[in-house]
Amino acid sequence: MDFDLSEDQQMLAKTVRDYARKESTVERFRKLRDTDGLGYTKEAWAQMGELGWLSVPFPEDIGGFGGSFLDCGLVLEELGKTLVPEPYLASVVLAGRTLLRAGDADQHAKYLTPMMEGQTTLALAYAERGHRFDPTQADTKATESGGTWSLTGEKIFVLNGHAADHLVVSAMVGDELGLFVVDGDADQMKRETLRLIDGHRGARIRFESTPAAARLSGGDAAAIIERAMDDGAAAAAAEGLGVLQTMLWTTVEYLKTREQFGSKIGSFQALQHRAVEMFVEVELMRSVTTEAIVRADEDGPERIAAIAAAKHQLGVGGAFVSRQAIQLHGGIGVTDEADIGLYFKRHHALMTLFGDVEHHVRRYAAGAA
Amino acid sequence: MDLTFTERDEAFRKEVREFVDSAMPAAMKEKAAAYSHFSMPEVMEWHKILAEKGWVAPHWPEEVGGPGFDATQRFIFSEEMELSGAPPLSPFGLVMVGPLIIRFGNDAQKARFLPKILSGEEVWCQGYSEPGAGSDLASLRCSAEDKGDHFLVNGQKTWTTYAQYADWIFCLVRTSTEGKKQSGISFLLIDMKTEGVEVKPMQTLGHTPAFCDTFFENVKVPKENLLGPLDGGWNLAKALLGHERTLVAAVGQCRRNLRLARTIAEKTVGADGKPLIEDPRWSDRIARLELRLRAHQMTNYRALAEQQKGKHPGPESSILKLVGSELVQQIDELCMELMGHDSLSWFNEEGVVPPFEHWVPSMFCYDRATTIYAGSNEIQKNIIAKLILGLPKN
Repeated sequence: MDFDLSEDQQMLAKTVRDYARKESTVERFRKLRDTDGLGYTKEAWAQMGELGWLSVPFPEDIGGFGGSFLDCGLVLEELGKTLVPEPYLASVVLAGRTLLRAGDADQHAKYLTPMMEGQTTLALAYAERGHRFDPTQADTKATESGGTWSLTGEKIFVLNGHAADHLVVSAMVGDELGLFVVDGDADQMKRETLRLIDGHRGARIRFESTPAAARLSGGDAAAIIERAMDDGAAAAAAEGLGVLQTMLWTTVEYLKTREQFGSKIGSFQALQHRAVEMFVEVELMRSVTTEAIVRADEDGPERIAAIAAAKHQLGVGGAFVSRQAIQLHGGIGVTDEADIGLYFKRHHALMTLFGDVEHHVRRYAAGAA
Repeated sequence: MDLTFTERDEAFRKEVREFVDSAMPAAMKEKAAAYSHFSMPEVMEWHKILAEKGWVAPHWPEEVGGPGFDATQRFIFSEEMELSGAPPLSPFGLVMVGPLIIRFGNDAQKARFLPKILSGEEVWCQGYSEPGAGSDLASLRCSAEDKGDHFLVNGQKTWTTYAQYADWIFCLVRTSTEGKKQSGISFLLIDMKTEGVEVKPMQTLGHTPAFCDTFFENVKVPKENLLGPLDGGWNLAKALLGHERTLVAAVGQCRRNLRLARTIAEKTVGADGKPLIEDPRWSDRIARLELRLRAHQMTNYRALAEQQKGKHPGPESSILKLVGSELVQQIDELCMELMGHDSLSWFNEEGVVPPFEHWVPSMFCYDRATTIYAGSNEIQKNIIAKLILGLPKN
């Protein structure tokens, strides 16, 4: 039993932390949110590529850093602290790891390598109306004609779907799920940019006999997409841990400065205890995130339990933290001007994506019986 | 980062499990399987079995009779004990006064008291709280007056759990009223058979005979029974506070009681004629507590890993007490709900869902104590607010 990070991991976390603090503050996120465009910048993405962060969880033989998913979690935790908007979760975790699992060497070279270098971004299009959090079901259909696959259907809430150079798309091939790569500039594809509640952007994508650039044929697509959701859930927990830490400490700082009745409000026991309860939930969040990230690469019931524990804590304990952070800020917490609300909304997105509390409790309970 | 126990640790776990299985008397096993309550004589019977094996004081140094376990082994040992349903040992000698005697006692005190704590020959109880000194313990008034060769003790102690079985009591007493209230307190060891000591047992919420009031009227205590320096008792009391918090986290107890909840849900039939466990409303509620426990368990492992490296647990470990104590109560509450009508009586009618829920109603009532004892949860929150969050004094 050892929870220590290696020196390399500590160094990675510190580099990302320093970058986020200096180069990608909350003000930067706010500006990008409030201007038209991607919602992030290609320059920052390229810089992340140069720094090696985008290749963290990929093996060395395809140009990756050869790190573990835990390293990815460390990056995401730090990015979460200042709401860095670049599509790390969508591109590296969701689409990147799915490509790694389902693609062949040529496909790795073609789609993963430029993403790792920060030249391109990726997206995973899995969600559809009518299937809630079950990614193994799809109404989008893939048909083959003359050696080319084409897709028809609609994907919703595609993270980074508005900007991705390549999309990994799930679609039914007969009665089995298949995975395909569609180029961002493919014909007969309509991308409608969505401005999400948390200031991030995504897309609703309509495929109308859209030609796919490739089929990813490695492994069982349904199992791989399920793994992608578990990766996403663990990654959401990691980023959520960063988000919740900032919410806690920003609130504690506010309690130490705000005065009412002639005293710092942080001297009032009712508020002190609330802040302690927030602290407890953040510590539990750290514990479950660690386990979820480590077990995301394992097979079997322990992975499902660890992922469920992380999403349960993000949804229940994390929700407590985010609600109370607003409450303890009082009126100012309900304005767009205060940063705390930006974190509140990001938390909501992270707790919902890749299965909410009900979904993961049920999945775990069904397996535990 | 490594979330697994070593092979050596797993082998140790197996050894403990096998020992418990072979050493526990059949009647005791039967009660453990039925989640029954153990009487004090049964607790002491198990104490003596463990003492024989040399495992009764896992956290004591080897030179005074400890088994030489490291932090992880101590945790595994305690978890296995809780999981097995073995009688929980009385902590007052082994966990509380014993380590203080080891740390602050003189050679004569060590020789006099430690062997009999280990063997179970002498049972201890704790005299801290008073009717007017609960969370504000330092305001205690029970006095020990210096009479040359002895102290004369007068006053009252309360919540002296199992004082009716105790041979000795360790007390915080007031030896001075000068200066800060914390600085006039001394730590006395008092023989319960001394003239002037009177014990009045009272029933707990769970109808168990745990609590007592203990009265002292002109009780003569020899000077040699002062532990640590005169007027220095507060530091001894504080030394106990950070002690082995991974053990108060009650992870094993929670795991065992959630297993009980699952069993009740499997054996209790709903209005549709099916076991409650098949109804997602119930199985989801059990699952939610299991997931919360998983978070708690992993937090405990984090604290354990720190201890294993030789670090003293910081104030962060207060959260283990907060979360563990609340979980114990939430699991009890779920068990009661699952039982429906059967939760209304102390002992269920024969043939209802025998014998699993026999002690649940009492457990449900008594476990309200978990958020109160060992420093109430509100006091723990005060500590975290001050020491970790750095919030200003009120």
